[in-house]
Amino acid sequence: MTMLGSNLVMYEEEFDRINSLLGRLWMDANAKIVFLVDKNGQQIAAKGDLEKVDATSLASLTAGNVAATDGLARLIGEKEFSILFHEGERDNIHISIVAQRLILVVIFDERSSLGLVRLRVRKAAAEVEEVLNQMASKAAEQGEAPVSPFAEITDEDIDALFTE
Amino acid sequence: MSFINYASREINCKIVYYGPGLGGKTTNLQYIYERTNPQNKGQLISLATETDRTLFFDFLPLDLGSVRGFRTRFHLYTVPGQVFYDASRKLILKGVDGVIFVADSQEARMDANLESLDNLKHNLHENGFDLGVIPYALQFNKRDLPGAVVYDVIFRALNFRNEPTFEAVAPKGVGVFETLKAVAKQVLHELARK
Repeated sequence: MTMLGSNLVMYEEEFDRINSLLGRLWMDANAKIVFLVDKNGQQIAAKGDLEKVDATSLASLTAGNVAATDGLARLIGEKEFSILFHEGERDNIHISIVAQRLILVVIFDERSSLGLVRLRVRKAAAEVEEVLNQMASKAAEQGEAPVSPFAEITDEDIDALFTE
Repeated sequence: MSFINYASREINCKIVYYGPGLGGKTTNLQYIYERTNPQNKGQLISLATETDRTLFFDFLPLDLGSVRGFRTRFHLYTVPGQVFYDASRKLILKGVDGVIFVADSQEARMDANLESLDNLKHNLHENGFDLGVIPYALQFNKRDLPGAVVYDVIFRALNFRNEPTFEAVAPKGVGVFETLKAVAKQVLHELARK
């Protein structure tokens, strides 16, 4: 897939689809929180009880966790560990890799079960992958990447970011 | 690798602080954290050992407001400087948009600076980046210490592409924001070029 290693550009249409996919997974898996991050730790979309968690840190630590686990996998000659599971006293985290570049995270408690989460995640992951493939073929069709919103950025724009 | 979300009009960039152990990378982040308005920052996450040495990374998300209608966020990371954490350093460089090299100005650390710079070049290359072109700034930290190497000497040793270079005393904040700003500027200009 050509988009691996390229910048990911997401438009309204795909964003809406991903959001509704996550919404469905959240309901079907009886989860507390469902979110999608890229392997660099940037959050793409999320659904659920997000007010009680620091989503940015969650995204970054998840990516760190996956990166470390990927490193471990390579050390022993595996390509990746596609699923990670952390079990807590109340809450559990299920992490899976989608299309080698995204990470799908499901946080759930005793109202759900690992079996249910795994089942629902498998379906959702396939659908997310489909959206990604569409994005890739769209990008290939359009050839050139869209003009960056920063194309005309000036030093003043940047300086303005740093004034306190 | 910056991530542009046209739907939510957000852009996220990743900046990594690199350099030898005990050079002040984490201190840079701590100062930025202390001096940033609460609404513009997230939590400072430090994955450190019991003796406060960085074990995996420190992470600080910064929200810089908007440019051209896009909410601009920088994710600042540090790497563990100690030599034997090389595998972790390599992982953290994944998808990086800009690098700040924090050098330790003390005479005794000159070899460590050079070794770390070399290691940075190597690890960037492994991740598909070229230190010769990636947005980059150099910081000479600990300028207040009596054993600090004369500016010209350390400059000649470490500056190799005429990158923006700053003298710093990280715990007091001297040079900290200046360095960050120099890299942020290059990252955003780089985005404009793409």
